[in-house]
Amino acid sequence: MIATGPDAVREHPPLPASDLVVEAAHLRKTYGPTPALEDVSLSLGAGAGLTLLGPNGTGKTTLLRILATLLRPTSGSLRIVGRDALKEPSAVRGAIDMVGHGTWIYEDLTAIENLRFWSAMGGHDAARPRLHAALESVELDTVAERRARTFSAGMKRRLALARVLLGRGRLLLLDEPFTGLDRAGRKWLGEFLMSFKAGGGALVVATHSFDAGLGVADRVAILASGRIVLDRPTAALGHDEVRRLYDDLALGPGIAS
Amino acid sequence: MTGYVRRAWIVVWKDVLSERRSKESLNTLVFFSVLLLFVFQFALGPERARVETALPGLLWLGFLLAGLLAFGRTFLVERENDCWEGLVLSPGDKSAIYLGKLVGNVLLMAVVEAVLVLLFALFFSLDFTRVLPGLALVLALGTLGLAAVGTLFGAITAQLRARELLFPVLLLPAAVPVLLASVSATQTVLLGEPLAEAAPWLKLLGAADLVYLVVGVLTFEFVLEA
Repeated sequence: MIATGPDAVREHPPLPASDLVVEAAHLRKTYGPTPALEDVSLSLGAGAGLTLLGPNGTGKTTLLRILATLLRPTSGSLRIVGRDALKEPSAVRGAIDMVGHGTWIYEDLTAIENLRFWSAMGGHDAARPRLHAALESVELDTVAERRARTFSAGMKRRLALARVLLGRGRLLLLDEPFTGLDRAGRKWLGEFLMSFKAGGGALVVATHSFDAGLGVADRVAILASGRIVLDRPTAALGHDEVRRLYDDLALGPGIAS
Repeated sequence: MTGYVRRAWIVVWKDVLSERRSKESLNTLVFFSVLLLFVFQFALGPERARVETALPGLLWLGFLLAGLLAFGRTFLVERENDCWEGLVLSPGDKSAIYLGKLVGNVLLMAVVEAVLVLLFALFFSLDFTRVLPGLALVLALGTLGLAAVGTLFGAITAQLRARELLFPVLLLPAAVPVLLASVSATQTVLLGEPLAEAAPWLKLLGAADLVYLVVGVLTFEFVLEA
């Protein structure tokens, strides 16, 4: 799948390896009387990757949206690249890239026009060769001039990932990024995420895809009923053990253990 | 080009390109204008004096109704595929997005107004050529005011469930100064009087445009984040 390496397009800003990119403490979010997140704390350094696992409705997307500064927590604190993201969200947004449930694609623009728009909005270089290289990376260069309306769901997902390639974010937030991708696409995405971390970026992936998610993470966190019930380095856990813990903690009755 | 102007320009480019391809708003508005003209002609009949008396009000009623349809849709395209999130996360002053959207709306309304004026001339056998420069000035100022407040309220209501109901309820009272001044200035121009006669109304229009523009630029970031 990889026509051009993921590093070919992305600009890697210099970032000291010891920097904490995310420092979240005691995050709580309620929608009216309904709690969505309870006392969530996590920190993530440069070059680190965290995979969030959890059943539907346990707060993964809410947590990602709070980290992206799209949603204000009810209480708690959040620092992104060392700055208070709740007090000055606009100051940290240049450091955040995100692919959420929505692809941010304008259906009546072509693939390359979509990239041009978001590059210009992000203040990045929107030169055509650079945009083409990003499309080439996700194997959409042959349909660069086709309207996004005609794309399949998987192609739209790849186009959203091509947009991330053009960014300069130090924190990359992905919500179910492997959904809709074929095997080659998953392999490419895995390689891109590893290279993103190697370049000093921090990564948070919310997914139901255990193997793909764990493959790119240094840590795994399991969310249940809005709380992080497990947060451990993946090196200390096998995939089977993660599955067993997930079943016990997130699905089973004994989440207190 | 500074980052601010570049981002405003790319929003105009994106909206104009999308509209040129889909023609969703333009086709609807032109068809709506033709229907409106049929209704006006049926209501007023062939008597020329009645048409000339009612003409300024009818013109602006047409522009206002077209604007209600156009401005309310401005930000709906940003809801599709969560593009709104991308705009919120984009760095820099968010008022550039507002100005880009505003310019796109003014361009769209300019096309619709040109079609409407042409249709009025055809349906009611009117000759606008003599008063065209003055009329163009009034239309430009009035449209800018309408679009400035319409774009802001379009953004405010885009995230609401009852947006179709709330948008006209919010827009119409706020647009009263622009409409009053526009209709009065248009009447003066169509009567063939010198433009200086319409100066008080043009000043009011200019002041209203400035106020709406400043309010839009200053408040848009809060609207986008809400």
